[in-house]
Amino acid sequence: MTDTTNERTGRMRDYCYLFVMLFATWLMLTSSLQWQELTTGALISVVLAIYLGKTYASLGMPPLSVKRIGYFIAYLAILFVEVMRANFDVACIVLHPKLPIKPGIVAVKTDLKQDVAKMILANSITLTPGTFTLDIIGDTLLVHWIVVKSEDGEEAARLISGRFEKYLKAVFA
Amino acid sequence: MVRVVAGTIVSGIGVFFLLVGSLGVFRMPDVYNRLQAGTKCTTLGAFLAMVGVGIIEPQWFWKTLVIALFILVTNPVSNHAIGRASKKCGVPLCDRSVVDVTESLKEYEDRS
Repeated sequence: MTDTTNERTGRMRDYCYLFVMLFATWLMLTSSLQWQELTTGALISVVLAIYLGKTYASLGMPPLSVKRIGYFIAYLAILFVEVMRANFDVACIVLHPKLPIKPGIVAVKTDLKQDVAKMILANSITLTPGTFTLDIIGDTLLVHWIVVKSEDGEEAARLISGRFEKYLKAVFA
Repeated sequence: MVRVVAGTIVSGIGVFFLLVGSLGVFRMPDVYNRLQAGTKCTTLGAFLAMVGVGIIEPQWFWKTLVIALFILVTNPVSNHAIGRASKKCGVPLCDRSVVDVTESLKEYEDRS
């Protein structure tokens, strides 16, 4: 009995999250608060939320909590700083007359379990220039690195994904 | 006035990164390094260029932010897809490469 109730509230929760996200996107795209716009947006969001609810539930996103949102915001801040810093690195490499590259493909192990978490980690690695994720096999990420600083798996993991993984683990715990 | 200056500066930084990215596509030796320069710098470049436009025209700000976020989410995916397809087709790494773990994986048997 409690199981089915939990499942049902869980599903309602997924629909609500999806609705809020769709409606927020609609608000951003129309940038208007007229009631006609709002009603149309709400109706379309409800229809899409019902239609896409199963797909969203199968992603296995964790329920919201203050702690998770806090860690996610911290993660976004770190990601932004890294993206800026590392973009300057690549700009320096490209503009350097001797082109100081030392490319290679290294394997990086991750402790993250959920597919969504792995995807976010892989995209973060790709967004920070100097590294991009070539493939994910099980819990191993194949990463192309423009300046290989370490060929050892653990050291490479610490340098490439260590900064993000701590926060993502807290978000998806 | 302040808005226009601020927006122009942000867009200008974005354009600089787009320039560096396209320069990198010419200078890098193989497909993987070209991807590095070609997608990373353009992600930040396009992001800043869009946000800059949004700052100059405040009524477009949320729309440009949505476009910028879509770029931020989809660009790494395309980068990953091209890189993976190249590796699976057996495109070799350049001579200066120091390590390639895919040589020992059965998923990436040499097909070149």
